[in-house]
Amino acid sequence: MKREEKINDVLKKPVGVIYRWLGDRIFLSAAVILGLSIIFLSFSMAWVLYGEGRAAFSEFGFWGFLKGTTWDPGIQLIFGALPFLLGTIVTSVAALLIAFFPAIAIGIFIAEYAPRWLGNIIENLVHLIAAIPSVVVGIWGIFVFAPWMRETIYMPVFNWATENSPSLLPVLGNPMGYGMATATIVLALMIIPFTTALTRDAIRQVPKEQREAAWALGATRWEVIRMAVIPYARGGILAGAILSFGRAIGETMAVAMLIGNKNTFPFSIMGPAATMPSVIINEFREAVGSLHLSSLMAIGFVLFVISLIVNLVAAYITRKLSISGGQAV
Amino acid sequence: MKKVNLFKTLNLVFLSVVLLFFASCGGRGTTEETRAERRAERSERIDLLGAGASFPAPLVTAMADEYRQVTNNRVTINYQSIGSGGGIRQFSEQTIMFGMSEAFLSDDIMAEVESKTEGRAFNLPITLADVVITYNVPGTDKGVVFDGELIVDIYMERITSWNDPKIAALNPGKNLPSLPVTVVHRSDGSGTTNVFTSFLTRVSEEWRNKIGFGTSVNWPAGIGGNGNEGVAGAVMNTPGAIGYNSFSYALLNDMSYGFIVNSSGNIIEPSYPATTEAANIDLPEDTRILFTNTPAPDGYPIAGFAWMLVHENLDKNNAINSREEAAELVGFLVWAITEGQELSEELGYARLPEAAIERNFEMISQIKWRGENIGREVLKKNQLL
Amino acid sequence: MKSFAENKTLFQRNLWDRFMVGLLIVSTILVMVPLLIIIGYVIINGISALNWEFFTEELGSPARAMQGRPTGLVHTIIGTAVVDLLALIISAPVGLGAGILLSEYPDHKLNPFLRIINDTLNGMPAILKGLLAFALIVKPMGTFSGLSGGFALAFVMIPIIARSTESALMNIPWSIREAGLAIGLPRWRVVLSTVMPAAKTGLVTGFLISFARAAGEAAPLMFTSFGNNYLPNHWTGMIFGPVDTLPQRLYSLAISPYKEWHAMGWAAGIVLLVFVITLFVTARLLTRENKYN
Repeated sequence: MKREEKINDVLKKPVGVIYRWLGDRIFLSAAVILGLSIIFLSFSMAWVLYGEGRAAFSEFGFWGFLKGTTWDPGIQLIFGALPFLLGTIVTSVAALLIAFFPAIAIGIFIAEYAPRWLGNIIENLVHLIAAIPSVVVGIWGIFVFAPWMRETIYMPVFNWATENSPSLLPVLGNPMGYGMATATIVLALMIIPFTTALTRDAIRQVPKEQREAAWALGATRWEVIRMAVIPYARGGILAGAILSFGRAIGETMAVAMLIGNKNTFPFSIMGPAATMPSVIINEFREAVGSLHLSSLMAIGFVLFVISLIVNLVAAYITRKLSISGGQAV
Repeated sequence: MKKVNLFKTLNLVFLSVVLLFFASCGGRGTTEETRAERRAERSERIDLLGAGASFPAPLVTAMADEYRQVTNNRVTINYQSIGSGGGIRQFSEQTIMFGMSEAFLSDDIMAEVESKTEGRAFNLPITLADVVITYNVPGTDKGVVFDGELIVDIYMERITSWNDPKIAALNPGKNLPSLPVTVVHRSDGSGTTNVFTSFLTRVSEEWRNKIGFGTSVNWPAGIGGNGNEGVAGAVMNTPGAIGYNSFSYALLNDMSYGFIVNSSGNIIEPSYPATTEAANIDLPEDTRILFTNTPAPDGYPIAGFAWMLVHENLDKNNAINSREEAAELVGFLVWAITEGQELSEELGYARLPEAAIERNFEMISQIKWRGENIGREVLKKNQLL
Repeated sequence: MKSFAENKTLFQRNLWDRFMVGLLIVSTILVMVPLLIIIGYVIINGISALNWEFFTEELGSPARAMQGRPTGLVHTIIGTAVVDLLALIISAPVGLGAGILLSEYPDHKLNPFLRIINDTLNGMPAILKGLLAFALIVKPMGTFSGLSGGFALAFVMIPIIARSTESALMNIPWSIREAGLAIGLPRWRVVLSTVMPAAKTGLVTGFLISFARAAGEAAPLMFTSFGNNYLPNHWTGMIFGPVDTLPQRLYSLAISPYKEWHAMGWAAGIVLLVFVITLFVTARLLTRENKYN
């Protein structure tokens, strides 16, 4: 088709109302409706979780529910979320602490040091690893990692403690392999690729001029990174860390498979614990009582609120501390 | 023209997936005739959906396998083991056609079902649950002797090592190692827990006052495993672990299990006759009874029924859509408590006692579809009435 | 500029530089190794557990596996395909529409808010999306179903598709739109017949990535598609009845006490891994191709 003819065709056409003016309107409103449906989805999530959890909140009070340490679906029918809240926060913070520096190191390494081919390989590998489904990590954890941890780390530590300082035993907890430490380490492994990708993105956005200026001052490579790259990318890196924290909070399957599922205090380092997602996945299908079910939904609502705060803080930091907008990963 | 390409590709992908799907569903028959036959046969097929206790799951799924063959692929029973608590919940929410539980329905739930469906909920004993103490002590096989007090001490974390004198006192001659005891319990609502804790409640004043019994309790110690599988898995993977499992799980997985001192002071090795002996008591009409710590001198003390839960008015259950489904469901029930019982011992379950089968027939004969007594009809068809 | 060069000789600074390089390399290796070990274990254990029956037989009861009768996960693989496809069908229009709104109508009042909400939704734990699908679909429908599983996964995919659609369309220079508008095409025509075809690689990449993310999720499926030991007898059973899916089946196989089922769990693991990784690699190859064009 010749271009001129096409243009003439178009110009000759009667300017249909539907085709032009109304068409645009319909198109825009369709897009708006679809966009609104995302907003609707988010709000209905909050509404559904709160609505279904309301019975628990009104029974124990919002703060009472959060502060309650007993989770007894059997006799007393008392439900408190503190063990799960604490379990989630402790495992996620610890996982982030473990993951943060190695992840940033990889990010810096592939962005600044590695030759291009190596950087590409590692970056692709990191993305690939980020794609490993949580259950697949979980099955590895159950059959390989937890037994290995038990034999090589927990048992020797436990035996050493029994002989030398029995007062440590309650802190260390039961060395069965499934527990907080195992879950935390696996959680850290799982968020490293995520943090790395976000760090890499943040560093990529540092303008060349920044580096060149530092080079011109005679800085060594590391000095360039420390003076010119990291300060510029720190907003992105920080936001990435916070988003990774959000990811860790919501991680469900691998944690539920490895944490040992213990709903009562006290928790210990090696011993079993529970997190908010793990208790939901463990008990939601099995719950009998309405209050039990409602309490699980209420835990879901608390999880929602925490994730919301984490995401909003990350968005705020990205906006405040860096020039370009946030990254979707 | 690029747009066309994009959508063509997407269409092609979509089409090929759909085709693959139908190809894999469709039979291998090539001629039109067999295809038509297949289609006709297929349209008569029925899917039944049940869920609940994980303890009877190996038996029920094996029954489902068998029944599918017996009926020539006509009836497929999808049974998902989600725990007794889930079975009861989904049953009363009417998302499944039948539930399965190791705890009978409480009066509250019976009343709730009655108000929702204008009919009773039936608890049909389908098999017997015997809970054994399983452990993983390297170098020790089955046969460590426990009594109620000892189990309470262990589950209250008062005994933390396998060479504790209290264990040794019951097990003279056994050399148990100095290994920390890891207590494993169910993390989900479960009838196994119900049977186990009801035993502990009946042997220990302290347990009754502090913890009580139920499908899930506030455990004073230990780690949670999700489902019978979860507990068995945790026990088998952890040296020094002690847990409680149904006998069948312990047998199927070659786990070490303990012998229990019963209320008459006899050391009882878990076995089918001992379990059936424990159930050798007067049954109430609705079969809702717990017989843990049985007075029978040769009865195994940690045992109970596993019940199948069905509505009296099947038409009121939202999950059941047609009379055919209801009739097939009743047909499966009848088969399960009669011929299906043949599968029991091979899989590690005790057969139902005669008394329980009698009670089951009485209840099944009252099952209705829109007032029509289809339970009686199915029983008649099977010449059981 | 006090932070460097003061009180340090060039030699010291170079030494420090070397040290930091070493540290970075060491930590990179330290992290990459365990991650590769995971993949290695899954591949080795998975391949040794795979056999022909795995792809042709249904699961049935554990007794089947223990007695050595044929069992497999054909119903799970088909179920996964159906649920994932449903998720794609549900999420594609919503994600595309929102993405178009974000990129083609940059001044729309809704956009800043929509962008924040969309990112937040993306950051929400998948398990909450499962709870949402349970409350919105399972409860009213009265039964667990493949459809509700599709919705749950769609909730996972929608924000990713919206974001990737936005950035794919944004990559198309404004001049192309202006050209279209200049010859008198209405805006919707410009978007549908010039911008979107031009961005098709980016769009497809976004779909693939979101698809890969959703395909590996087990948590939302536990309360929605529920699980099934067999293929449903009617194809409607795939949509309106409980369906087995790979991630959820993998979880229940892994926590089961049967050795035979553990092996099947590994096999399911490698199938799932290969599926997800194929999607990912395709997506990345597409992006690369796009770069060369």
